Amino acid sequence: MSERILMCGNEALAEAAIIAGCDAYFGYPITPQNEITAYMSKRMPEEGRVFVQSESELAAINMVFGASATGKRTMTSSSSPGISLMQEGISYLAGAELPSVIVNVMRGGPGLGNIAPSQGDYFQATRGGGHGDYRTIALGPSTVQELVDCMPLAFDLADQYRIPVVVLADGILGQMMEPIVFNKKPRRSLPPKDWALTGAKGREQNIVRSLWLPEGSLEKHNYKLQAKYQQVQKNEVLCEQYEVDDAEIIVIAYGVAARIVRSAVKKARQEGIKAGWIRPITLWPFPTMQIAKAADELSIFLVVEMSMGQMVEDVKLAVAGKVPVVFYGRAGGGVPSVDQVLEKIKQLTIPVKKQ
Amino acid sequence: MKTVFTRTPTLKDCLTHYCPGCGHSIAHRLIAETIDELDIRGRTIGIAPVGCAVLAYNYLDVDMIEVAHGRAPAVATGMKRTNPDKIIFSYQGDGDLAAIGTGEIIHAAHRGEQITVIFINNAVFGMTGGQMAPTTVLGQTTATTQQGRDAANEGYPLQVSELLALLPGAIYVERCALSGPAQIQKAKKAIKHAFELQISGAQGLSLVELLSTCPTYWRLSPVKAMEWIENEMTKVFPLGKLKDESQRPRISV
Amino acid sequence: MQNTKQNSYEEIIVAGFGGQGIMLAGRLLAQTAMKAGKEVTYMPSYGAEVRGGTANCMVIIADEPIASPLVDKPDSLIVMNKASLNKFASRLKAGGLLVMNSSLIDTKPQLDDSIEIIAIPADEIAVELGNKKIANMVALGAYFQKRGILSPDTAAACLPDTIAKRYHKTLPVNTEAIHRGAEFTKDNE
Repeated sequence: MSERILMCGNEALAEAAIIAGCDAYFGYPITPQNEITAYMSKRMPEEGRVFVQSESELAAINMVFGASATGKRTMTSSSSPGISLMQEGISYLAGAELPSVIVNVMRGGPGLGNIAPSQGDYFQATRGGGHGDYRTIALGPSTVQELVDCMPLAFDLADQYRIPVVVLADGILGQMMEPIVFNKKPRRSLPPKDWALTGAKGREQNIVRSLWLPEGSLEKHNYKLQAKYQQVQKNEVLCEQYEVDDAEIIVIAYGVAARIVRSAVKKARQEGIKAGWIRPITLWPFPTMQIAKAADELSIFLVVEMSMGQMVEDVKLAVAGKVPVVFYGRAGGGVPSVDQVLEKIKQLTIPVKKQ
Repeated sequence: MKTVFTRTPTLKDCLTHYCPGCGHSIAHRLIAETIDELDIRGRTIGIAPVGCAVLAYNYLDVDMIEVAHGRAPAVATGMKRTNPDKIIFSYQGDGDLAAIGTGEIIHAAHRGEQITVIFINNAVFGMTGGQMAPTTVLGQTTATTQQGRDAANEGYPLQVSELLALLPGAIYVERCALSGPAQIQKAKKAIKHAFELQISGAQGLSLVELLSTCPTYWRLSPVKAMEWIENEMTKVFPLGKLKDESQRPRISV
Repeated sequence: MQNTKQNSYEEIIVAGFGGQGIMLAGRLLAQTAMKAGKEVTYMPSYGAEVRGGTANCMVIIADEPIASPLVDKPDSLIVMNKASLNKFASRLKAGGLLVMNSSLIDTKPQLDDSIEIIAIPADEIAVELGNKKIANMVALGAYFQKRGILSPDTAAACLPDTIAKRYHKTLPVNTEAIHRGAEFTKDNE
């Protein structure tokens, strides 16, 4: 095992991207993810790779578009308002089926909002985010180690499915430091990038595009994308469960909120409440089946988010009305405390026992 | 019989969707000829804009990408930085480059990206139905300036090439016109020079602006349209080299 | 007074004003805990608040993986100025530890009797050592000695990994500051 290193999430994910073979990073400064841009500006040239500080997020995502089209592994990072600006490019990446990794270190919104941690971009990340009928894979790590581990996965998923992959972190995860280990696990075996623009030497021209004008051709393209998304949904769901089997209540959360839930559930168990948790790691594809299965056996779900309630809609879709789904969240930089979540768990379980 | 003209291989043997008398077809041919003459088809990547030339990849037989409106210089940056051995060119209209994409072209030039930009200025938006472009001349009627462009309301025609020539990162900026055989020959020379600069590894962006016809939305015959370039457009957009620093030595910190 | 725990789980807030090396102190705490084989999280305050003049960070040290990195009610509080004392003192857990920089805090805080207070003239000691910027290390030394979870020696060994290379000429004086803080606590026990 390699040595444990203490790093903040932003720098750790940047180094993990470099280890994963990222050829080029393009980005525009925005808090709370500036450590990524600064770290890349130093490390990428050291590795003989490409770093460009773009003039805007719009330019950054289109630089990603260009580098990716030539077959290179490439990424950008930003925080909520900057990610909004990138949505045009992400839609084009999805349409043109270009692999890419986009890190969103979420902050409070809407608008300029603030720079405090938030999970308010869940809808944006899991519904595509830009115009048109598309999805991006969205990963929601909850520790710095997991953030590190999900970078090579993000690049592999992007290349395997020719899809943009969003890594959804937040201000806490980006800023906090934890001991980590850089694992150099074997990569997936990936298809050759024979579609890439490398100069049409001795072959027919390659064209990368998202425009399909002839009648029916775009519909056909959309069916192709959907078939791909179904494969992702079938093969790539990741989620973690804890003491679900005997649970009367299951708390569902992702990212940093899941860490708070973990503490609260532990305390609840100590107080004799049969609580468990489910933590989606892939937010899209969402662990619908896992949650649906749990819904057959228990009485209530509590969803905790650092938003006014976004993932809760996916949980409700999965539960399909079988049991109540209750939401607790804080937004705009508010972070639920362990005690607040514990209180909610108690409210939802103790009265039932007394009857 | 002696062959006096032949289609260059990089220009595909097909009909285009362009209107009769449109300058795009000429510009395409000049680029294709340049690519063949310089023997760079195998390492060239072209970027098509949003606008009438969005389907340029149907006519130019090189690796090509079609990108979001105005973003071509950013896409070109991503390509060239990761592939310094490739020849990257963007092909952009006046809506793409002079309106929605001003930020991207200015900053690509500002950074001195080693790319070649072919800028088609026909003073009007073609694909969307003949609306005003930033380069529409004063008094010109379009779908959105039906009484003629009025400086008080729409501002003056934007001279992007003059603007870009001010930037140290732009090494070569020239304006030509596709308004007749002699001018077209000059344009060909300029395009070739721009590509040659990139091939030589010159430190900066090269751009050729081509004043081009849009007979359909100018509501002129193809011949009259060419005359309109000579008589009207060149008054606002004078022809010639705005900058050529191709001999500039390599800059390092 | 018993100052070590059997199963260590310690939540700490370090606070002061910008320029007092609050973040550095927090990072050294975290680095030291990692070196001691512990699980640890470090969470800085970031953004406008820092520029407003106050800086604080949260550190959790544990034997098991840490769930939430946020500290609501700290076991230990290290404060380097009065504003930080006023802001955080009331959040201390019963039985907690307060290390305060008495050079900049002239009043004795009104706190629960169960809270132990170390008032250390960190700025004066730092000036004596010839570098007023190392008051943070003096206070940390006092904390290490009192809490006993991490040793001042381990902390000193972690300095090279925590302090930027361009300041490595200050390693000896920082080391000395940690030890002086620890000695102060010993002498006053």
